[in-house]
Amino acid sequence: MNKRTREPLFHIVKRDTHSLKRIIGVRALAILLALVLCGIVTMVTTGLDPISVFESIFTGAFGSKRKIWITLQNTAILLLISVALTPAFRMRFWNVGGEGQILMGGLAAAACMICLADKLPNGLVMICMVAGSLAAGALWGFIPAFFKSKWNTNETLSTLMMNYIATQLVAFFTIVWEVPKGSGKIGIINQDSNIGWLPELFGSKYVLAILVALLVTAFMYVYLNYFKQGYEISVVGESDKTARYVGIKVEKVIVRTMLLSGALCGLVGLLLVGSINHTVTTTIAGGQGFTGVLVAWMCKFDPLTMVFASLLIIFMNRGAGEISTNFGLNHSYADIITGIILFFLIGCEFFINYRIQFRKKAAEEGK
Amino acid sequence: MKKKKLLWLIALTVIGASLAGCGSKSGGSTGAETEANSEAEAITGADAGETEGTALSELKAGFIFLHDENSTYDLNFMNAAQEACDKLGVEMVAKTNIPEGQEAYEAACELADAGCDFVFADSFGHEDYIIEAAKEYPEVQFSHATGTKAHTENLDNFHNAFASIYDGRYLAGIVAGLKLNEMIENGDITENQAKIGYVGAYTYAEVISGYTSFFLGARSVCPSATMEVTFTGSWYDETAEKEGANKLIENGCVIISQHADSMGAPTACETAGVPNVSYNGSTAEACPNTFLVSSRVNWEPYFELCLNSIAEGVAIPTDWCGTLETGSVELSELGSCVAEGTAEAIEAAKESLISGETHVFDISTFTVDGAELTSYMADVDTDADYTPDHEAIKDGYFNESAEGLRSAPYFDVQIDGIDLLDTAF
Repeated sequence: MNKRTREPLFHIVKRDTHSLKRIIGVRALAILLALVLCGIVTMVTTGLDPISVFESIFTGAFGSKRKIWITLQNTAILLLISVALTPAFRMRFWNVGGEGQILMGGLAAAACMICLADKLPNGLVMICMVAGSLAAGALWGFIPAFFKSKWNTNETLSTLMMNYIATQLVAFFTIVWEVPKGSGKIGIINQDSNIGWLPELFGSKYVLAILVALLVTAFMYVYLNYFKQGYEISVVGESDKTARYVGIKVEKVIVRTMLLSGALCGLVGLLLVGSINHTVTTTIAGGQGFTGVLVAWMCKFDPLTMVFASLLIIFMNRGAGEISTNFGLNHSYADIITGIILFFLIGCEFFINYRIQFRKKAAEEGK
Repeated sequence: MKKKKLLWLIALTVIGASLAGCGSKSGGSTGAETEANSEAEAITGADAGETEGTALSELKAGFIFLHDENSTYDLNFMNAAQEACDKLGVEMVAKTNIPEGQEAYEAACELADAGCDFVFADSFGHEDYIIEAAKEYPEVQFSHATGTKAHTENLDNFHNAFASIYDGRYLAGIVAGLKLNEMIENGDITENQAKIGYVGAYTYAEVISGYTSFFLGARSVCPSATMEVTFTGSWYDETAEKEGANKLIENGCVIISQHADSMGAPTACETAGVPNVSYNGSTAEACPNTFLVSSRVNWEPYFELCLNSIAEGVAIPTDWCGTLETGSVELSELGSCVAEGTAEAIEAAKESLISGETHVFDISTFTVDGAELTSYMADVDTDADYTPDHEAIKDGYFNESAEGLRSAPYFDVQIDGIDLLDTAF
């Protein structure tokens, strides 16, 4: 029997200190490695040289005025979703129901556009849309929060299940409002009268979503860092018991925060329906309710970092779309690229929090 | 040590960033991408100067597909687009997996920005968004398959197209009917068991027109044939289509056909050993034992027509309907399990359809609630209230996809002998 315990090849040690320089360094390296891997994958699939790969990516995202606008608009939507989910996550309330909350907001907006178009003047229709979307999103956030605070139900499951209910509701109303009969699609709502189409700011249809995203992001940053309510959210997130001990009504904070989170997701639905698509479909959120969760996590729930993270993801996504168009690749290629980037960005958090200690060093110390 | 590593990191990042920066800023650097772009600019420049048309080799055609090549529906378009562009020497760009939303508008605009002279979208739900793009780019020609709005939209550069696919379905129905006859003769089934199953997407006119013409074709040779139809509520849902086919087989259907775009129904039939009539293209490779025949719209003639029109500087028809004669409606090769004499029967029926002797929707061949259909107002002009606006019965038959109405089907009559299992969608 060999009694000597074998030292493993390496072991993982939690880091005590976080120097800002190192954090930025690790992240920059992660992005660089992700880009390199994306480049290699593209080179293998298209036979392009690396410089033209990145040139294509850049052209795809910023190659023309319209491309720039679309990139910014898509970034704004992803950013808005991430920011909307942030207060819930800061509270350690796993809101994976963004998708459903967006759909409900969108459905409410579409309902106003379709049902009120010939009853109310355009301005009032828009006010109804805004109120309806926010309320519908908030309701979809409130239901799981209420059950959580009353009976401590598992919010991950309940928010997830609420997504399916929302999808089915949209599917149902698609059949109710379909044009032409039997076609299973609503098509552009009020295409001729443009009633309920949210206004174009500065003569561009892309500006509104971008502006709203910036305002909401700024608000959320201030709200979370400088408001008492934001502080309460952090305390509840850190420790339920501490929060109770200092006299915070945890149930109230949970419900209030989810109302806010849901309403902001509803706002995304409003923008998607009222300003961008002018229709509602079951796939209008396109899975971004989940991508938003990743972005929020990756950025440690800091709204300002999310601006860059969502821009990076959309940038690469659009760039990959361009490559697949130019080289006849399947557009799922863009999803592969997004996956690579997310993998590196999330993976690098490990190296920020931990360090790897190798055996050799330890053995030397032993001698 | 640590500081050195950090320096390395920073250096690497800077190099990386500057590389990316160089690549993007320099206009005249290497790479196919920039070349393609400058070429595109050259074309747009030339276009703006002249209205008389352009040489085919200078044209660029952009295509927008709802799914990718895994969908039989989109694959049919992709092959046709590639064929037409290769034949005419036109540059082709394609965008796949474009949803039926604002993405379709943006894709169309991006293609127009990239210098496309012709932009085509293949899915029904793309239409409204392509119209929006067409309004914004009056100098680019936009075409949309299966759409319903071009004839009322009054845009010079927005066009619809379809084909008299009901002719093809009717012929495919004859193949199915002869197979039923063979089963009856062999004693596999009795006359009353000659039941066909059909997996549809939605209770939409295009689907209703499709299964009705298929059924009428089958009944023209097998008078005791009946049909059951189920709907999946999606144009592409492999699981639902497979389940739909299995349900129909359990209900006693001995032949299955479908109007939905995945391989769900054909593979379910292959597993169960039930003959299948396919759509959009042959599934013989995946289903060698049960494949009978497939009807499809061949879009190549239409693409050729559009590109040639642009090259010659003449207008593309607002609403174009391809036929058996234009080569737009086709039957695939016959499967190994078809009944004897099928090829001859189809040839004869095809002649008869082309000569106008036979009409698929001849009102003497079907009844609605036990009575002959002598008048029917169809909803041809799309509106939210589904207002019936055009008389469709003329000279003793239902005038589907008629000249002066529209190319997309509007036959949505429920005839006797076809049993709809569910109409939720």
